[in-house]
Amino acid sequence: MKNILEITDVNKIYRNSIKALDNINLNIKEGEIFSLLGPNGAGKSTLINSICGVVNFNSGTIKIKGYDNIKEYRKARQITGIVPQELYLESFETVWKNINYSRGLFGKPKNHKYVEDLLKMLSLWDKKDSKIKELSGGMKRRVLIAKALSHQPKLLFLDEPTASIDVELRKETWDIVRKLNKNGTTIVLTTHYIEEAEELSSRVAIINDGKIILVNETDKLIKKLGEKSIRIELKKETNNLNSNLKNKYNLEVNKNFLTFKYNIKEDNINLTEMLNEIENNGYQIKDFITEQSSLEEIFIKLIKEDKKS
Amino acid sequence: MNYFGVMAILIHELDRFKRTLLQSLASPIITTSLYFIVFGTAIGSRIKEIDGINYGSYIVPGMIMLTILTQALSNASFAIYFQKFTSTIYEIHAAPLSSFEIILGFVGAAAIKSIIIGLIIIITAGFFVDIEIQHPILMIFFLVLTSITFSLFGFIVGLYADGFEGLQIIPILVITPLTFLGGSFYSITMLPEFWQNISLLNPVLYLISGFRYSFYEVSDVSLLTSIITIFMILIGCIFLISYTFIKGYKIKD
Repeated sequence: MKNILEITDVNKIYRNSIKALDNINLNIKEGEIFSLLGPNGAGKSTLINSICGVVNFNSGTIKIKGYDNIKEYRKARQITGIVPQELYLESFETVWKNINYSRGLFGKPKNHKYVEDLLKMLSLWDKKDSKIKELSGGMKRRVLIAKALSHQPKLLFLDEPTASIDVELRKETWDIVRKLNKNGTTIVLTTHYIEEAEELSSRVAIINDGKIILVNETDKLIKKLGEKSIRIELKKETNNLNSNLKNKYNLEVNKNFLTFKYNIKEDNINLTEMLNEIENNGYQIKDFITEQSSLEEIFIKLIKEDKKS
Repeated sequence: MNYFGVMAILIHELDRFKRTLLQSLASPIITTSLYFIVFGTAIGSRIKEIDGINYGSYIVPGMIMLTILTQALSNASFAIYFQKFTSTIYEIHAAPLSSFEIILGFVGAAAIKSIIIGLIIIITAGFFVDIEIQHPILMIFFLVLTSITFSLFGFIVGLYADGFEGLQIIPILVITPLTFLGGSFYSITMLPEFWQNISLLNPVLYLISGFRYSFYEVSDVSLLTSIITIFMILIGCIFLISYTFIKGYKIKD
């Protein structure tokens, strides 16, 4: 598949000398849904804002469909749309005027039929004459999506499309994203929810401290991210745990604690069986807790793995 | 040239004018009427004529200048600052628009509003006093050029402003005093020589004087100096805006 976006050696330092992007290299393929996953402040928004021209970057090149986004910014921007994270809208304008204004800004002549279809697709048609301030939060977000799509872009950026919205609205947004992608729009979204990346995208990049740690196919990554551990507290300290048991489950022993690591994405795990086996071997269980690595821990782990490879 | 983009900004900004039509139009009409009542009637009863022109008619060009300078400045500064304040400016940054096109849209809209207001004041004034416009083309020239220049100036103020208070400073502390002291309601020949010389340092005096010449063929300074002054202010603003955009200061992160 051809690349629709090629980012080479992009750096961005803010005025307060914070390095927001550190030598970013990334290619996005035409037709895919791509997630930029990372904790808050990782540089996700800065990266997509740099691509779309909302902020200036210091060095490197960004090409959209082969057009340099600085030297050939008109051509590059005509095929790009961005939905910001916050609800940046003018409250006193109607939905209809707002969308047509956006279309005009991107250099497109009026096309009422297209805007009508767009509003219908986003279930906003009956609200076309409403003022923005009269809309609910979910509708406002859809207006932002409509604005970003008003000039028929080939590449759409969604900055944290489901941040701080409820579960129902999240599902609705996911449906819209899938629908747009089906219609041929390449989609890049930023998120700090692993589930969102898993649900929607075919590939994921993990970004932290302005650096892309790795780019992987979602399935492979999610497997890595699915690791959990169970810490079993025994009533008595044990120095020599039954070696059969230890080897079977690859248990780590530390005084009266046993640690078992497993992957939630694998089906062959039977925790009950393991706990029974421990008891049957004469070890009494006092308590146990399960632990899941936080995104940050996973990031650190991935960085280490990345360095090793 | 992104023609549709410029038109989108222009129409979007003029829409705001339409939405607040009552305030936009009522305010200059009421203000003009008040000036006529206060200055025209109270002072006009003592000063019958200046340079052979009835006092009420004499103050019309100054009044128009006073209004278009403040309106152009505040409209343009508010328009761009408001987009910064609501962060909706992200869309203008993301759109395929050059700096020139962005300025053209915002400044164009503010200038059009000012010109409309200027014309409304002339019509309103016509109800109170006799107005003759001896050089209509020259009058339009001054009206249009002043509106553009001060809209551009307002755009710069809006770019640099850090708060709504910042938008008010220049109109209140600079433009209004300079206009009142620039012979809006009197001829500087009525002042003692010392103050006449001080007044000559005020650029707004030249704008009012030139504008008044287009109406009644009377002026405090020569027409040529007035024309040169307005062009110099315009060039100054163009220079400042170019510098701001080249440096990127206060525009994008």
